[in-house]
Amino acid sequence: MTVYAPSTAYTADAADLSGFLRTEADGAHLDLLVRGATCAACIAKIEDGIEALAGVAHARLNLTTGRLSVAWAPSADRADPNAVVAALHQLGYGCAPFDPEEAEGQIDREGRKLAVALGVAGFGVGNVMMFSVPAWSSLFGQEMGEHSRTAMYWMSALIGAPCVIFAAQTFFTSAWRSLRAGHANMDVPISLGLILTLTVSFSETLQGGRHAYFDAAASLTFLLLIGRYLDHQLRAKARSAARALMVLQAPTAQRLDAEGHARGIPAREVKPGDRLVIAPGDRVPVDGIVESGLSELDVALVTGESRPLFAGPGVRIWAGALNLSGRLILRADTGADASTLAETARLMEAGAQSKSRYVRLADKAAAIYVPVVHSLAAASLVGALMVGLSFRDAVMRAVCVLIVTCPCALGLAVPAVQIAASGRLFRAGVLVKSGAALERLAEVNHVVFDKTGVLTSGRPHLVAFDPSALQSAAQLARASRHPLSRALAEVAGPGPAGDAVHEAPGMGVEGRVDGVPARLGRAAYVGIEGVGGAETELWFRRQGEAAVRFVFADDLRTDAAETVAALQRRGIGVSILSGDLPGAVRRAAEGVGVVDWRAELHPAEKVAAIEALQAKGLKVLMVGDGVNDAAALAKANASMAPGLASEISQSAADLVFTSDRLVSVATAMEVARSAKARALENFAFSALYNLIAAPAALVGLVNPIVAAIAMSGSSLVVSLNALRIFARSRR
Amino acid sequence: MNIIFVLVPIAIMMALLGLIGFFWTFRSGQYEDPKGDAMRILDDHKRDGP
Repeated sequence: MTVYAPSTAYTADAADLSGFLRTEADGAHLDLLVRGATCAACIAKIEDGIEALAGVAHARLNLTTGRLSVAWAPSADRADPNAVVAALHQLGYGCAPFDPEEAEGQIDREGRKLAVALGVAGFGVGNVMMFSVPAWSSLFGQEMGEHSRTAMYWMSALIGAPCVIFAAQTFFTSAWRSLRAGHANMDVPISLGLILTLTVSFSETLQGGRHAYFDAAASLTFLLLIGRYLDHQLRAKARSAARALMVLQAPTAQRLDAEGHARGIPAREVKPGDRLVIAPGDRVPVDGIVESGLSELDVALVTGESRPLFAGPGVRIWAGALNLSGRLILRADTGADASTLAETARLMEAGAQSKSRYVRLADKAAAIYVPVVHSLAAASLVGALMVGLSFRDAVMRAVCVLIVTCPCALGLAVPAVQIAASGRLFRAGVLVKSGAALERLAEVNHVVFDKTGVLTSGRPHLVAFDPSALQSAAQLARASRHPLSRALAEVAGPGPAGDAVHEAPGMGVEGRVDGVPARLGRAAYVGIEGVGGAETELWFRRQGEAAVRFVFADDLRTDAAETVAALQRRGIGVSILSGDLPGAVRRAAEGVGVVDWRAELHPAEKVAAIEALQAKGLKVLMVGDGVNDAAALAKANASMAPGLASEISQSAADLVFTSDRLVSVATAMEVARSAKARALENFAFSALYNLIAAPAALVGLVNPIVAAIAMSGSSLVVSLNALRIFARSRR
Repeated sequence: MNIIFVLVPIAIMMALLGLIGFFWTFRSGQYEDPKGDAMRILDDHKRDGP
C-alpha cells in the first residue's frame, strides 16, 4: 500500500495511479481517500486547488468519509491522476486511492430503505394519534358514542394500516426468511403480532367493537424501526471506518514494463516474474527476491522483530515489510494471492469461522422468548374457550397477549445499549467494528499482548551511548531519515548538520563533521567487525579515531505497565506472545510485570498458543498489530489492534484503538462489561414487564390505551437505561 | 362535529407535506456529508450546496 503521507518525500518513483482512473461517458473520474482534512479552510483549499488543475471539471470533498471525487471534463485530452496526487501533497495532505469497485458499491441501500420506512412509520404514528386520543376518551364513558368511535377507528385504519404494511416490510421479509430456514428469530413474533393486530382491529371496527389497535401497531412499528435503524447505523459506521482503514486504500505496486517505466497497478494484479520498484517509504506488495539496490527493511509488522533487516541483491523479502532507505528492484516470485500476506489471510479466515459460531445475546433471548410467548397465547385461547367465553372474546384475549408481549423493548434493548457503548468508546478513541464484538469482549478473562508496536511504541530509542560523541554523530544523523538516525538526532536535540553528507542506502551516512570526514552506520560501513548480537546498534567513526557504538532498544509505551497492572487488579490474566528475540521480549515483560511470555513465535504458533489458552476454558482477548498477529487476532475470542497496525490486522481485529494510549484496552473492556450489564438489565426489565402484562391480557384487562402506554413506556425505560453507559463516563 | 371532516384532511395534508419534505432532503443527499456541510457554511465564496 502506498500512502503519500506528507512526511514521505514525493518522488518520481511514487506509484502512477492511472490504473485507478474510471472512464465514463461524461469524462474520467478518480476517487481518493484524503487524510488530514478537518475544517472549512481544508475544503476550500483542496477543492479550489484541484479544480485549478488542467482539464479538471469538478472536485468535491466529502469531509465525513474523507473521499475526494475528481471529475475531468469530457473534452480534456488527458486525465492525469498523478497531478492530483502531487497537488494534494503540495497542499499538505496525504492521500490513497479508493478501489474503483469499492467506490461503486458505496451507496447504502439498506440504510436508505430503513430511513424511508422510519419516515413513513413516524408519519403514521403521529397522525393515527389524532384519532386515537378522542377514541380513547370513549373508553371512559365520555360523551363520544359508539358510532363516532367507529368513525374514529376507520380514520385511524385509513392512515395506520397502509403505513404499517409499508414500513414493516423489513420485519416481514426477515421473518419469512428465518421461517424458511427452519428457525424463528425475533422478527417472527413481531410480524405475527403486527398482522394479527391489524386483522383483529379491522374485524372489531367492522363489528363496532372497542378493541381496535391501529395506533399500537403503528407505534410498535415506529419504535422497532428506531432500534433497527440504530443497529444498522452502528454497523454501517463501523463498516465504512473499517473500509477507510484498509479496503479503500487499495494496495498498489509499481511494475516495470519492458522499456523500464514504472506503472502503478493494483497489487492483486502482480504476477510471478514481474519486476517491481519499491521506493523508500513503500510497503513490499508481494514476496520476492531483490534484484538490485541496497536498503534496510522494517519487518516489525511481518515477524515482530524490532531490528531492521538488511536487503541487497539475492535476499528474499516478504510482503508487508516497509522499505526504509534505498530504492529496490524486486522480482516477484509469487502472485499477490500466494504471498505470505495471502497465507495469513487464509489463516485468519479459519479463525474467523470459529468466531461466527458465537450466538448473540439478542438471539439467545429470542430463542427463549418466541416459544414461551406463542404457547402462552395458544394456552390463553384454549383457557378462555374452556371457561365459557365466546369464540370472538377468546380470540381477542389471545391476540391481546400477543400484542402486549410484542418484543418492543427487546428489539430496542440491545441496539440502544450498543450504540451508547460504541459512542462512548468512540470518544475515548476506540473504534468498535461490530456489536457482537462488544458482547464477546465483555466475556474476556485473559489478555494476550504482542510486544512490538503494542506494549512498545514500535520506534527505536537510544539507550546506551558515549555522550562525548553524541553531538558529532548527530550532525550526520540529522541528514538522514533512517529511524535509527532520527532517534539519535532526537536525543541530541536541534543543531547543525554535517557538510557534504551522502547517504549510502542500507549502509549508513557519510559526510564531514567539523571539517573531518566521518561515517555513521553499520559496523562494516565504518570498517570494523560488529560485536552485534541481539542488539540494534549504530556505529560512528571519525577519520583517524576509534569507532563509537550507539545502542538502541524499542521503548515501552508510557502507559504499558499501568494498563497491565489495571488488568491484573481486575483478576484478568496477562501474557505476551512475540515474534521478536527472547532478550528483547524478556526486557519488555519484566518492564510491565508479566511473568508468562514467549518469544520467537511464528504466526501459526501464536494461534496454537491461543488455542491452548482457550482449551483451558479461558476467553482470550488478543492485542496485536503485525501481519504475524492477524491469524491470532482472528482466532481469539475478541481482538484489538492499534491504529498504526498493518491493514490486515486492523481488518482482523474487532476493535481498533486510534488513540496513542494502551489504556484504551482496559477502558474498552470496562465499557463492554458495563454494556453487557445494561443489556441484561434491559432483558430482565422486559421479562418483568411481560410477567405483568401477559396475565393482565389473559384476564382481559388490556384495552387500546393500556397497550399504548405500556408499550411506549417499556421502550422508553430500556432506552434510558442504555444511556446510563454515558452517565457513568462523565462522573 | 362536521368541521372534523374538513380539519382532518387538512391536518393529513400538512403531515404529508412534511413527509414529502423529508423524502426530498433524503434524495437530494443532505445526509451524505453532515460534517462537511457544517463546515461549508463558514466558507464565504459561493460553492455548491449540500
